[in-house]
Amino acid sequence: MFDSYRVNTLEYDPKLCNGCARCSTVCPHGVFTVNGIAEIINLEACMECGACQLNCPQRAIRVDSGVGCAAAMIWSALRGRKETSCSSCCCG
Amino acid sequence: MLSATTVAVQKTVKPTSGLITWANRWDHILARLGVRRGNHRVEPGLYSIGHPDHDSPVLVSANYTLSFDALRFSLVGADAYILVLDTKGINVWCAAGKGTFGTDELVQRVKGTGLLNVVDHRTLILPQLGAPGVSAHEVRERSGFRVKYGPVRAQDLQEYLLQGRITPEMRRVRFGVADRAVLIPVEAAHILVPLLVVVTVLKLTGVVNQIFNPAVAAVVAGIVLFPLLLPWIPTRDFSTKGFILGAVAALPLIFRDVLSIPQITWWRVSAQVLSTLLLVSSITAYLSLNFTGSTTFTSRSGVRREIFRYVPVMAVTFMIGLVLAVLLRIF
Repeated sequence: MFDSYRVNTLEYDPKLCNGCARCSTVCPHGVFTVNGIAEIINLEACMECGACQLNCPQRAIRVDSGVGCAAAMIWSALRGRKETSCSSCCCG
Repeated sequence: MLSATTVAVQKTVKPTSGLITWANRWDHILARLGVRRGNHRVEPGLYSIGHPDHDSPVLVSANYTLSFDALRFSLVGADAYILVLDTKGINVWCAAGKGTFGTDELVQRVKGTGLLNVVDHRTLILPQLGAPGVSAHEVRERSGFRVKYGPVRAQDLQEYLLQGRITPEMRRVRFGVADRAVLIPVEAAHILVPLLVVVTVLKLTGVVNQIFNPAVAAVVAGIVLFPLLLPWIPTRDFSTKGFILGAVAALPLIFRDVLSIPQITWWRVSAQVLSTLLLVSSITAYLSLNFTGSTTFTSRSGVRREIFRYVPVMAVTFMIGLVLAVLLRIF
């Protein structure tokens, strides 16, 4: 109850991993650990920034990345835009 | 002897220092207040700090003054190059999210500044929070430079450069009470204009007296108290945290209503209390939900779920509170 963040879109295929550990390097929330190959140890902490997906040379990680900003999403929805962008709101 | 290309390239390297002037500080204050957002820019390009040579490290940053100045300040006493990308005056993490602090811009900036002729090594040090926009292996393929991700915070940079190693603590993003408190002015600045519009409309419709105090309580709760108290408010969703905080913030107004109007009927008092409670908690919840974008940890799919779950509830509770306020004014 009252927890919308328990699940997210992060997916990882261990069969493709080469153990380079880029994912655990770039993740600011310690989602991955690497012992030989990468392993997800804290899925709930993922904020879907997409750094791991972009920096995985094996394409073993998939995440529907984007900015988790309600102001930007509501604003885009009100203007009928599908793609969320923060050009008009808060971040700087 | 220096070759002609080396001389030409050295002219493109702009010297800077770790000195933060009063003009810089004033610019930081304005940026924190949200004044002329997007105008706090540094000219993109290659900078030198200290007396770097062809073995000195190259650190990559955004062309937002707060980002660039934090980096400069952290490098006092060091000899290094700073490669400033054109992120349109946006900080590293947000720019990485948009892709302006990204692979294409980095590769082009490396080529455009002639970095190949300035340093002998082929390593770029990026802030870790730039990683959502940069594909390290692609940068290597396209520019020949290897990307190393340095610490999250500039203040850990000198230790990282000296030790060549990084601790797990330096890799984690923090969002402590000080990090949250500095966001209050810019959040307040953002709702100032909509707030003035709403107050004007309410004045015209005549319900301003009923809703003014609840609106002030909600804004104080949503903009000031919410960021400060964030980790301690029960539940994980920002909307439910906001409803709870708003209900608590409504209590002083409710006590005042109950104590100051003993002569009127019980149903009037009940309606007044309910109206205040619904108005304050729904507005606070909405402002709290909007704080998700300022945090360092909310996922997009989670925020989307929050919007679908709670925005309708906020709208309904707000409307009931408003209708009650109008009815109390009429009868």
